[in-house]
Amino acid sequence: MSTASATSTGPALKLPEKNYLNSTYGIRSWLLTTDHKRIALLYLVTVTFFFFVGGFFAMMIRLHLLTPSGYLLSADTYNRMFTMHGVAMIFFFLIPSIPAILGNFLIPLMIGAKDLAFPRINLLSWYIYIIGGTFTLYSMVTGGLDTGWTFYTPLSTVYSNSAVAPAVVGIFITGFSSILTGLNFLVTVHTMRAPGMTWFRLPLFVWAHYATSVVMILGTPVVAITLGLAAMERVFGLGFFNPAMGGDPILFQHLFWFYSHPAVYIMILPAMGVISELIPTFARKKLFGYHFVAAASLAIAVIGFLVWTHHMFLTGQSTYAAIAFSFLTFLVAIPSAIKTFNWTATLFGGSISFDTPMLYAFGFLGLFLIGGLTGLFLGCLGVDMHVHDTYFVVAHFHYIMVGGAVMGYLGGLHFWWPKITGRMYPEWLARIAALVLFVGFNLTFFPQFVLGYLGMPRRYHVYPPEFQVYNVMSTAGASILAIGYLLPMVYLTWAAFYGKVAGNNPWPATGLEWTTASPPPTENFEVTPVVTWEPYDFHNRPELGLDVPGSRGPAGNPAVAPAHGDD
Amino acid sequence: MHRTGALYGQFKTLEQQKDTASLGMWIFLVTEVMFFGGIMLAYTINRHTYFHAFAMGSNTLSLKLGTFNTVVLLASSFTMAMGVWSAQTGKKQLLTMFLSLTIILGFVFFGVKYVEYAQKFHHHLVPGRNFDITYCVSNPSACPDIDAEDLAIERKEIDEAMEADPDLNAHAQLYYSAYFGMTGLHALHMIIGAGLLFWLLRNSFAGIYGPVWNTPVDIVGLYWHFVDIVWIFLFPLLYLIDRHK
Amino acid sequence: MTNHEQSATGDEYHDHIVPPSTYLAIILTLLFLTGLTVGAAFVNLGRFNIVVALAIAVLKATFVVLFFMHAKYSPKRTKLVIIAGIFWLIILLFMTLSDYASRVDYRGVRFPMSQNTGLVDTPRG
Repeated sequence: MSTASATSTGPALKLPEKNYLNSTYGIRSWLLTTDHKRIALLYLVTVTFFFFVGGFFAMMIRLHLLTPSGYLLSADTYNRMFTMHGVAMIFFFLIPSIPAILGNFLIPLMIGAKDLAFPRINLLSWYIYIIGGTFTLYSMVTGGLDTGWTFYTPLSTVYSNSAVAPAVVGIFITGFSSILTGLNFLVTVHTMRAPGMTWFRLPLFVWAHYATSVVMILGTPVVAITLGLAAMERVFGLGFFNPAMGGDPILFQHLFWFYSHPAVYIMILPAMGVISELIPTFARKKLFGYHFVAAASLAIAVIGFLVWTHHMFLTGQSTYAAIAFSFLTFLVAIPSAIKTFNWTATLFGGSISFDTPMLYAFGFLGLFLIGGLTGLFLGCLGVDMHVHDTYFVVAHFHYIMVGGAVMGYLGGLHFWWPKITGRMYPEWLARIAALVLFVGFNLTFFPQFVLGYLGMPRRYHVYPPEFQVYNVMSTAGASILAIGYLLPMVYLTWAAFYGKVAGNNPWPATGLEWTTASPPPTENFEVTPVVTWEPYDFHNRPELGLDVPGSRGPAGNPAVAPAHGDD
Repeated sequence: MHRTGALYGQFKTLEQQKDTASLGMWIFLVTEVMFFGGIMLAYTINRHTYFHAFAMGSNTLSLKLGTFNTVVLLASSFTMAMGVWSAQTGKKQLLTMFLSLTIILGFVFFGVKYVEYAQKFHHHLVPGRNFDITYCVSNPSACPDIDAEDLAIERKEIDEAMEADPDLNAHAQLYYSAYFGMTGLHALHMIIGAGLLFWLLRNSFAGIYGPVWNTPVDIVGLYWHFVDIVWIFLFPLLYLIDRHK
Repeated sequence: MTNHEQSATGDEYHDHIVPPSTYLAIILTLLFLTGLTVGAAFVNLGRFNIVVALAIAVLKATFVVLFFMHAKYSPKRTKLVIIAGIFWLIILLFMTLSDYASRVDYRGVRFPMSQNTGLVDTPRG
């Protein structure tokens, strides 16, 4: 297999004859596969489906909020729209997306293994996701939920007339998909690494997924029992969360947020892992402070479990506890800041190219920064008193989840699309789509910071007329954002079949996954690799062809200044 | 991934495979710790706030049956560990015997649990369903399984508890929520464990477990011991509140 | 890759076989501790009844984990996993309890279910 990059001066490239896509045929070979790469594609299809389900509900919200007086939906229906938007996006899109798709596909490749530790459990994870998703879809089509994705009691357990039970059961089931994926990743990284692949030679994408898996393992069971108890309360009349029996709704919130706060780290850590791969590749420079970034991933995972009450500052919890959790919330920002500094420092003195994945990485850097800093605002007790439950919070988490996690997801999809499909996406169209997305995103969510600051509450179906301008801007932005999402869906699908053949390592990048064919053979590597190099080591890897004329390295690109020496 | 004998294709050695399986089961058990931990938290907070109701509820449980069940489960852990030893030392018939004993002990536990649950249903002690902690005391003929002396003690305890907590009936439902929630979840895990044990038993008849490969026995053993540990905590938490009265 | 690697003696590298005599000693200890728990429940130790009961339960669980589950003979990584699990359980329990425990006790109720933040005048009693 040629290792030359796919440039106009290189030799014509062909797809490998036998790869994981064509090694066996028929629907059974896909639905009963244990190949982690095929399972990743199964997830890609189903996760994308739920992304559009969540997007549909988002569209309904934004359309409704065009006028202050609620022209489109009744209050009750509006409640169902934002609830189901949250449920679909969080549990069925954000949490699985990068781990189940990119993580599943890449982790064995990145560590030099043939597959994950438990391939059949991997397939089971996907089926569990499908079953959970089906229950939740059933809830959605039989009238939906109106409790908010947070299911606060006693509304969800006693008073709501909506389809709470099937949705809660669906999410409970899907949680096991998450747990099994995390378990698989943890064990795989511990026991399946190729010879020479020591812990500190692992790509940071793997470190990020290791940290994510720790969170999945320790957090998800708690939401499982919480939702289980809530379901039992609704169906059988148990009373832990029901004040009428002496129960405590705040107990529900404690149990719920004990998972749901770390859950946001499940959503962002993998995206950070993607960024840690993209920036060194497109700055053609070793990542600054590899060890710190690896340690920061673990620190985020651990400290992330100590801050959950910051979602409950206004509930009547103990003031002393609130102070302690506020302090811890400030602490958890530090590892994220370390990572952001390190990514930025990697850019300094690098040889930067603006391919689409890098555009997404830049988008991530700026938007995650804003989202993260506004998180600190919210962690301040005094500020939170005013902006809690307003659009300020909504803007904050969308900056992180969409501006951060989704950008990371799309950047990763573009970056690894040639490895997954063997073919390149159309570069200029992709760059335009990335810019459209960036513009649309900011137009949608920046006005929401202003709205929240001015006092517009979230989850209300009407608002004071003076807020209409910002709401209209937000809805306009959402339409542009939608185009930014549809474009990649279309051209990535097109590219999978008709794109230019990419070769093993089109970028070129330094990971083990780039040393095998695109698409890879079913067993990943023809010969088990033996690793002797450090990660992101562009300067000591002549086989990457960085100095070949026409390659994308400094020697072949006269418009780009040569990289400085190793830091 | 192809399988050659006992070795699955993604592994290079049986050693790696066993190491992997063991680590996988331990990590899964950590998820179970957090799962039960959630309901333990709910129990803890409610017990502290409604101590009288919890004490009252605890005293309606049969100490004899609870202690008996604890002994049964501990014994089943012993037989399970002996089963693993039998597999490791190649004593295949002993393995079958110990697996069978473990299953039998498990079913004894279920039997006792069934008796206890049925009693609760009879005595109107199920939350949400015509719950009434004074039911047996008010209608002695409806609860023939409690003798008159115990009923008198119970009546006295209820009166004392009602004085301390006028809302005793509502709050006692929280105790029974904890009781049914925790023992119910525990029983569910035991049913799964029993299923796994049947699977092992069937395989042990075919003689496939021995010194070279006994990983499934080992990891099912880990799971079974964990379920035992949960009961080790449930027993004092549910059966032994304020018994010294 | 289809190597069959079996060591000469047929044991896996860390498969330390625990003898039945150890198991017997452990089960007898566990039964004794069970009796102790029940006995202690009938002694009025006030608030310490629960402490004693839990301490004995922890001891029993430790024996099961160390010997029946072979944790004593397992690699360090296994011990790390166990400790992490226990540590996280402690985070869940203690940090949540810290909220309840530090609420101002203004009605003479221990672990009151809601907090008077003092911002609004609430009548006592």
